[in-house]
Amino acid sequence: MTTPRTTGNRWTGRATATTLVAIAALYTLMPLIWLLFGVTKTLPELYASNGFSPSAGFHVLGNIADLFRQDDGIFARWILNTAVYALGGAAAATLLSVAAGYAFDKFDFRGKGKWYALVIAGVLVPNTAIVVPLYLLMSNFQLTDTMWSVLIPVMVNPFGVYLARAYSSGAIPGELLEAARLDGAGELRTFFQVGLRLMAPGALTIFLIQFIGIWNNFFLPLVMITDNDLFTLGQGLFTWNSAVGQNPDYTRMVVVGSAVATLPLLALFIPLQRRWRAGMAEGSLK
Amino acid sequence: MATAAPPARPRAATRTRRPRAVLWLLGPFFALFALTYIAPMGYALVLSLYREKFTGIGWDGPTRVFAGAENYVRALTDPTFLTGTGRVLLYGLIYVPLVITLAAALALLLDSALTAARRFFHTVLFLPHIVPGLIAAIVWVYLYTPGLSPIIDGLEGLGAEVDFLGGNTVLLSLVNIAVWQSLGFNVVLIYVALRAVPASTVEAARLDGAGELRTAVLVKLPQIRAAMFVVTLFTIIGSLQLFTEPQIVQSAGNSSVTSTWTPNMLAYAAAFNSNDYHYAATVSVLIAALAGVLSFTVTKLAHRRSAP
Repeated sequence: MTTPRTTGNRWTGRATATTLVAIAALYTLMPLIWLLFGVTKTLPELYASNGFSPSAGFHVLGNIADLFRQDDGIFARWILNTAVYALGGAAAATLLSVAAGYAFDKFDFRGKGKWYALVIAGVLVPNTAIVVPLYLLMSNFQLTDTMWSVLIPVMVNPFGVYLARAYSSGAIPGELLEAARLDGAGELRTFFQVGLRLMAPGALTIFLIQFIGIWNNFFLPLVMITDNDLFTLGQGLFTWNSAVGQNPDYTRMVVVGSAVATLPLLALFIPLQRRWRAGMAEGSLK
Repeated sequence: MATAAPPARPRAATRTRRPRAVLWLLGPFFALFALTYIAPMGYALVLSLYREKFTGIGWDGPTRVFAGAENYVRALTDPTFLTGTGRVLLYGLIYVPLVITLAAALALLLDSALTAARRFFHTVLFLPHIVPGLIAAIVWVYLYTPGLSPIIDGLEGLGAEVDFLGGNTVLLSLVNIAVWQSLGFNVVLIYVALRAVPASTVEAARLDGAGELRTAVLVKLPQIRAAMFVVTLFTIIGSLQLFTEPQIVQSAGNSSVTSTWTPNMLAYAAAFNSNDYHYAATVSVLIAALAGVLSFTVTKLAHRRSAP
């Protein structure tokens, strides 16, 4: 490891490298710190006080209570909707991706290369280019403005299939499937009992990717949903943010709402993101 | 990878023809894929070839007539569409190299033995990926708004006056939001690839007396070319989707961003403000086509460069 260079040189290198990364970390944290302090403030304080210092008083609980009272408590409804879209969509997308990836890895069938090329083409199509046509299509069947109009599109993730194929080839030895077949187990049973179990760590990564993707998706619900009661958090905050002209207090609601929508999720994902990184290492970019 | 089975074992041992099982495993995915990818694209193509025509005095409502390439001619001569596309390309031209370079530099720093507290930095850098883009945009717009922003206050204290949301600066302000959101995610992707570089290769370079910087640039980077390509491709496609951030900036007012500022915003406005579905579909098709052309070009370039 240590080359004949002087240790002083090495120390300078360490200091420089760490400082550079620390600057990037500070840049990353800056808006989050502003948001965190924003929750503690009253509306006048948001405008008057220094953004990077907390409130003189402590208004967190009052702010949060006001948030959940605003507009007859619709914020709780938006949280619930977003959770349904994200959990339901990610669970379905994961199962579909894992099954498809497993099939591409473990079976031969006619036109396999062409089917797979279709999946990869799906990865490369910008999502926003699909959403408006999808709305136009669904509106012919009166499907828009329902929960399904958001749930169905987010159940499909071609990138998940790509990852699942890699997980399947890495995690499931062909001999194991052969043994299951010799035992007389049906192919689907083998998939659920052997394949799915062995691919569980990879499936978790796909689930996390899709969950975050849906939680962060703004364009799809914006296009599909006009009913306030079916809004996602993002749409709700956007509506409030656009109505600041009529009611300046919406600024405080948006700041507090953004924090409530973000900070718990960050805390939840900090332990999970290492798992996520490991999953990316196994699956992609090889 | 597929053909390298040991000779003693027949190929059928690992890969089998079971049409019915394949149908059950692949069917659900492709059924929904057809519904949510192929059908809308096909429908958009059809819509883009038609237009609405008001017959007589228009009391009967419009009828749909074949328009040929009319909608495409309209888009390709529409200054709003053309400047919007130019804007997104310019945005991508700044954003993509910037975020890829920064992400690669940070990943190399985190991969080298030099940086302290790597686990902590990994976690911090990844955080914005979990913040919804809309909320990131809202918070950054506050940080760009005079009166609310401590940054503007700080800069004024230094005697500098910046209008983050006006004129051409707003494009850079949007680049900044995008960099903030995607930097850590790209760092992770590149870092993961760096971890797969064989330790022996790096060790050999060290024994040859190469310092950390030389090892990083001349030994590690060439080894992760494939990963860099994928990350770049994804970033380019992501940059074409520009919608949420300018939409927030636009709705906040007092900026130079209009409601048709990018092609995606134009498609949205055409569909929902002017009910011009045919034009909205045409713009969507053109965005997808642009993504296809860019993906193809980048792939070609990457392959040509990797061939000796």
